Amino acid sequence: MAYALQQLINGVSLGMIYGLIAVGYTMVYGIIGMINFAHGDIFMIGAFVSLIALLLLSAGGLMEGPAAILLVLVISVAITGLYGWAVERVAYRPLRGSFRLAPLISAIGISIVLQNFVQVAQGARPKPSEAVISGGIELMREGDFTVQLTYVQILIIALTLAVLAIFTVLVTRTRLGRAMRACEQDRRMASLLGIDTDRTISLTFVIGAALASVAGTMYLLRYGVIDFYIGFLAGVKAFTAAVLGGIGSLPGAVLGGLLIGLIETFWSAYFSVQYKDVAAFSILVITLIFLPTGLLGRQEVEKV
Amino acid sequence: MLNRRSVLQAGIALPIVLTQAEALAQAGDTIRVACAGPMTSSNAAAGDQMKIGAMQAIEDLNAKGGVLGKKLVLDVADDACDPRQAVSVANQIAGRKTVFVAGHYCSGSSIPASKVYAEEGVLQMSPASTNPKFTDEGSWNTFRVCGRDDQQGAIAGAYLAKQFKGQKIAILHDNSAYGKGLADETKKALNKAGVTETLYSAYTAGEKDYNAVVSRLKGAGIQVIYLGGYYTEAGLILRQAKEQGMAVTLVGGDALVTKDFWQISGAAGEGTLMTFSADPRNRPQAKELVARFKAKNVDPEGYVLYTYAAFQIWAAAATKIKSTDPKKVAAELKAHGPWQTVLGPIGFDKKGDVTVPDYVFYVWKAGNYSQI
Repeated sequence: MAYALQQLINGVSLGMIYGLIAVGYTMVYGIIGMINFAHGDIFMIGAFVSLIALLLLSAGGLMEGPAAILLVLVISVAITGLYGWAVERVAYRPLRGSFRLAPLISAIGISIVLQNFVQVAQGARPKPSEAVISGGIELMREGDFTVQLTYVQILIIALTLAVLAIFTVLVTRTRLGRAMRACEQDRRMASLLGIDTDRTISLTFVIGAALASVAGTMYLLRYGVIDFYIGFLAGVKAFTAAVLGGIGSLPGAVLGGLLIGLIETFWSAYFSVQYKDVAAFSILVITLIFLPTGLLGRQEVEKV
Repeated sequence: MLNRRSVLQAGIALPIVLTQAEALAQAGDTIRVACAGPMTSSNAAAGDQMKIGAMQAIEDLNAKGGVLGKKLVLDVADDACDPRQAVSVANQIAGRKTVFVAGHYCSGSSIPASKVYAEEGVLQMSPASTNPKFTDEGSWNTFRVCGRDDQQGAIAGAYLAKQFKGQKIAILHDNSAYGKGLADETKKALNKAGVTETLYSAYTAGEKDYNAVVSRLKGAGIQVIYLGGYYTEAGLILRQAKEQGMAVTLVGGDALVTKDFWQISGAAGEGTLMTFSADPRNRPQAKELVARFKAKNVDPEGYVLYTYAAFQIWAAAATKIKSTDPKKVAAELKAHGPWQTVLGPIGFDKKGDVTVPDYVFYVWKAGNYSQI
């Protein structure tokens, strides 16, 4: 029981990070029907910006309390958001009228550019950071086995849920959200009705990047070690999560992330650790066979 | 008007012309050698060690007039500890008429690369690859300056059985040629001493979340982990074990010999044990070189001196037979010796392994490691 609970905590906190990244994939797909393969690397940029901010703040002696973490988060969101905007402006917007595969290829290119840029600028070694938030709560004890819930895990879970709530409100209740949904349904019609579609798409990318940077900060706080390559694996997992949850659906992305995190963790907990990715991806395949639009995805209506 | 296409063509043509010019300038009066290892990837710290050693060795050899009156030109190649990239890097190196390679680092890279080198006639000497297969399956061209995992594992297994008697031991490995090889050799020695491990499991290298594995160890009441793998994962596993409130001692192999291990593990690395040869920095032959490194503010830890020694050995043999022909040098290396190096005298057996390997235990304390 205690063992399962500990693994549940591990799985949920891992899944929440996947979920946060997956939201970015899903939003971009929803609005322009494109898979932004550079999104994983935007997440990696977010983690690096957080690390640099963290180091600068602690060098300045300001690294104390929740205010400092909030500051790191704000800096990271701002700079990573700028990256998201720049990527869209440079690599996707010029190709918007082009054939469908063009932005996809350009996304793969951007992904390689970002990876190599960070590798050259920051070095190839893994970058460690001191644990900023340490300690946790001992939830229960069963014999010698204690169930630990660390403060970072609590932060990750709370923050993901809060961010998800904020963005659900943003998409369903605000002017920008309405514009985003309009672009999603019919971009040409939306622009005929006076919606600045380019601006809306730009903002979607900025929001996606901001979410990825939150995930990056959480990742740094949780694991304390990052390198230029983390975006690839996390990106693949998050993309899978988005597809599993139903690409285009915000709650679906988080649900997908949670499921991938839980499947990986529980498979490692009770079966062979080596086959956890096989397990996670097999479940993805099976789900897609029976539910081609994912768990919470809508049936695509073919427009005539 | 200069249109886009002609600019593009000029842009492509220029580097081709330049490389040809470079090749012409260097042909004849230089000897190409290479150092290959993980300059990127999570093992970059080890690649860095090799690069530092190689560059210093070439600088020193060239300062003495090179080998056979020719200057040495060093290529540093990055295999990212990836077997596929290692093969393509090996092809590149061989294509440049390189006669000698000090590399690679990861056994999983050294083994496939050695096949390419054997075919293309390049002599390979690994400063760090400890998997027995490297020289067991190797052809005429494979040598190593370090020990073998069957030696390292035998010592580690015997130590575990003696030192942690009655405690629950887990053996983990990362499924790499090095990690699994070392873990299996250690398991063999441990079982031979009459101790059975509680858990034997693999983990996936390159990830950052090992909490599921750590909880599993915690659930099994593990007190000692033997880890066949590299320093990044070792550090992460320890860090996450501490977060989960687990008190565990980690025992590892020579891949933990870098200060980067401590940077990742932090205080959780306290008390970690590892096998490595007796500290090369303390040997009398290394004194002068270590002092020069220290003056440059470089700590020649881990495989720096091993890489340096690999070049020394090759240069000595080539000078002796007055030829850099890889096959002749290889024959000479095995036939004669021992060769004088910064590590002390080193001789090779028929397979290309060092004749006197030595493994001892080190312990990590407060960010530094010292011999027990």
